[in-house]
This record gives sequence, C-alpha cells and structure tokens, in this order.
Amino acid sequence: MPMYKTPFNEFHKRGGGRLIDFGGWQMPVQFAGILAEHRAVRERAGLFDISHMGQVSVSGPRAAEFLQAVTSNDLTKLSPGRGQYSLLCRETGGVVDDLYVYELGAEKFFLIVNASRRGADLPWLRGRLPGGAEIIELSEAAGLALQGPDSEKIALEFIPGAAGLEKNQIMECAWQGAKLLVARTGYTGEDGFEIFGDAAALKALYPRIQAAGAVPCGLGARDTLRLEMGYRLYGNDLDEAHSALEAGLGWVVKFDKGEFVGRAALLGEKERGPARRMIGFKLEGKGVPRHGNEVLFDGKSVGTVTSGTFSPSLQVGLGLAYVEAALVPKDAGKGLAIRIHDRLVPAAIQAPPFYSKLSAVL
Amino acid sequence: MNPSDLRFAKTHEWIAVDGTVGLSDHAQHEITDVVFVELPKAGRAVKAGEGASVVESVKAAFDVYAPVAGEVAAVNPEVVSNPALVNQSPYEKGWLFRLKPADPAEWDGLMTHERYQEFVKTADH
Repeated sequence: MPMYKTPFNEFHKRGGGRLIDFGGWQMPVQFAGILAEHRAVRERAGLFDISHMGQVSVSGPRAAEFLQAVTSNDLTKLSPGRGQYSLLCRETGGVVDDLYVYELGAEKFFLIVNASRRGADLPWLRGRLPGGAEIIELSEAAGLALQGPDSEKIALEFIPGAAGLEKNQIMECAWQGAKLLVARTGYTGEDGFEIFGDAAALKALYPRIQAAGAVPCGLGARDTLRLEMGYRLYGNDLDEAHSALEAGLGWVVKFDKGEFVGRAALLGEKERGPARRMIGFKLEGKGVPRHGNEVLFDGKSVGTVTSGTFSPSLQVGLGLAYVEAALVPKDAGKGLAIRIHDRLVPAAIQAPPFYSKLSAVL
Repeated sequence: MNPSDLRFAKTHEWIAVDGTVGLSDHAQHEITDVVFVELPKAGRAVKAGEGASVVESVKAAFDVYAPVAGEVAAVNPEVVSNPALVNQSPYEKGWLFRLKPADPAEWDGLMTHERYQEFVKTADH
C-alpha cells in the first residue's frame, strides 16, 4: 500500500524521527524520545506535524443547516471565529468520527477530521449534502500543532494576534504572504495552537518555531499526552460499533437542538441506559496496560482496555476501557483489575483527566 | 562489562561468562525509553530461548529470552525501580538477571560482539 507523506517528511527524517505507518501516513513516532518530548510539552513547548489530519471546507447558504444535521453538537452555539468538538454519528449512534468544527464566517465552516477517517468521512458527508452547500477537502494543506505552556510566547513571534485568541477560537492571519488559519486548541491538555494552511508557508514556519524553542514531537508523545487527559482516540476508543453515549461523549450530543443523524437511536439508548460504559482507570500495581487487555471487576470479565499507557507525568499505568454497564456500578471505585501478561493488576476507576498541573510527579 | 567479553543471542540479549544477562545497546536503542521491567523469580529454571523477562517502553512490550538454559540465580532489583538503566547502561547497571548455566557448552553457540554487530546490520537493513 502506498504511504502518504506530509510536507514535513524530509524535516522528520533529517531531525532523526522514527517513522511509522499511522492510518496510511508515514509519521514520526518519536524524535529524541517519547518521555523527553512529553516532558517538553508539559513544561515548555512541543511542535507536532498534524498534516495527516483531514482539513475540510464546508460553505454555502445551507452549510450551517447541513452541519447541524450531520454533527451531534449544537452548531448554533458557534459564532464566527469559534470552534467546537463534535461527532459524526451513524443512524445507530455509533461514531463515524470525532472532529472539530470551526465557524470561519458567514456560510463558511472548517472541519478537522481524523487521518484514519478521511476516507470514510468524505463519502459519508457528501452522501448527505443538500444543494446549497459545498464540501472541499483541502488535501494539499499542511497543519502544525504548537503545544505547551510556552506556546503563546513562541506564537507571538510570528502571529501577532495569537495572544488575543481564546480557547477554541480561530482566526485567519497572513504570514509571509500566505493566509493561515490559527486556532487555540490542541490534543495535549496544554495551552497551544493549531496552525493550518499552505504547505510551503508552514514549511518555512516550522524551523522558525523550532528555533524559538519548541521541540519536535512525534505521535508517541501525542498519545501519552492525550491519554493523560482522557481524550479519546478514534480507532482505539471510538468506532462505529460503540455509541457516542457509551464512549462517554454525551456532553457533545445535544438532543435539544433538533434532528441530527443518530439522534433517535441515541435518545432511545439514553432512556434505556447504555449497555457499555467507558471508564478511566489507573493501575494500583506495576505494569503497563495496553489496548486489548481484559478488564475484570469482582473477579468477573467485564470489558476491554481501549487505550493504555505508562503515564510519564504520573509515573503510573493508566488508560480507558469499555465495561459492561450492568456489571460495574457507577459509583465503583475499587475492585477493578487489568490482565497484563497473564497477571491481574489491581486498578482504581477514575474519571479523566488523570493529569493536572497539581498531580504531576515529575 | 566490555561487550567484547560477552556473547549475544539473535534475540538481542547478551550473556557474560558469569551468567549475567542483559539487553544489547542496539536493542535498548530500538526499544527506546524503558519504563517497566518484569524480572523472573530467583530459582526458576529456564530453557534456552524461553521468555524470562519483559521489558516495556511507552509504546510496546518486549520479551527477553534466556540465551542459555539454566536456573535464575539472581535478579537486578535496581533496574525494577529505575528501568531507564536499561537504556543508560545496557552492559553495566542495566543488567536484568543472572543465570547458573545448565550446560556451559551453550556459550559457544552464541555470537561474539563482532558477529552480533554484523548480524544486526544484515538483519535490519
């Protein structure tokens, strides 16, 4: 299978990145090391290539109406320059993708979707597209994420308006003659910016951001950072077989907004109570939980780990898992165990985020 | 320990003449940051090629195989509390366990450091 490469592929090779296949994309899993990169983002700043993510423009007089009907969050809460986390759901309530929806201006929206779901999302969206709305996948565009407490200071060297951006806000800005989109958001739990636009312009920006102090980071650190926050990863924690409610994403499913794809199924499920529930857990013994590990409660098999890792900030194994809702009481805190290499490791149920500035041990 | 005094298995473990076992510098580099080490119990008998220990990075778990048959005579407690020793000092402080070899002749079936380095070159590229 041919592997897609981002505009930063040569940078990654020169920077000592270890390249792996991620959803059909050749991406760096690490440069100096996952632990060092993780720490850089928590304490200073890191720079991620996110060009593999899909950038989609939706525009036209019926664009808002269309997006309101295909996403689960309430689009009317947006205003120009603001974005929201949202979901595309199947009629069954299963998750087609999780995404960011930004309102750029009148009749103009900008979506960021998962790399691994670009091929699924676009046909899904186009199949529901009414006249009066247009979808364009910006397949040549690049993306960078600047993340960490020093992000604003670094961004201000290139993007004068960066300090004025609030969380989840987006703005257009000109840099060296190119028009970029800059959003204050990220996938790490730290302050930061995601910068989208013309590949040539971002290739010129990359070394400048690096020189200003941001450390190149790979997908390995991106994964440990997001998991410490309990952020879901499509393909691990989310899929079409598990509903948005089971995934614990009811906070972006707005039944009151009116009809949207999956609403009826999700409403029925809400009334019945979801069959499975996503929980966060932290090991109380030694080990590293992994995707696929069996989860036990009171000695009974109750589910499966969807994401697990060793948390560099907390120095403990933690993760997310689906459990049978009927077998694990909602208020349960103890009694969980994860089967790791045929060993049962006790674990505590804990609602994410696992990490906060106060909880760090490093 | 000087790597030239050691013998190496194709699965990237080294063994010293006294039966001490660890992972090669090449292996620790490939595994990347080690965050967890699980060691065998002292007294356990292992066969050559049997999984005796597990070393984990953030991304994955790696089995460590006994390069020769024998009984586990000692383990390195320091590497359990400080797994990064496997990366920082693969031939010294990062040793994993010590075997009492069942058959000293097995040593001769393993690779010298020189041959191991050639093996790594040809196996990886």
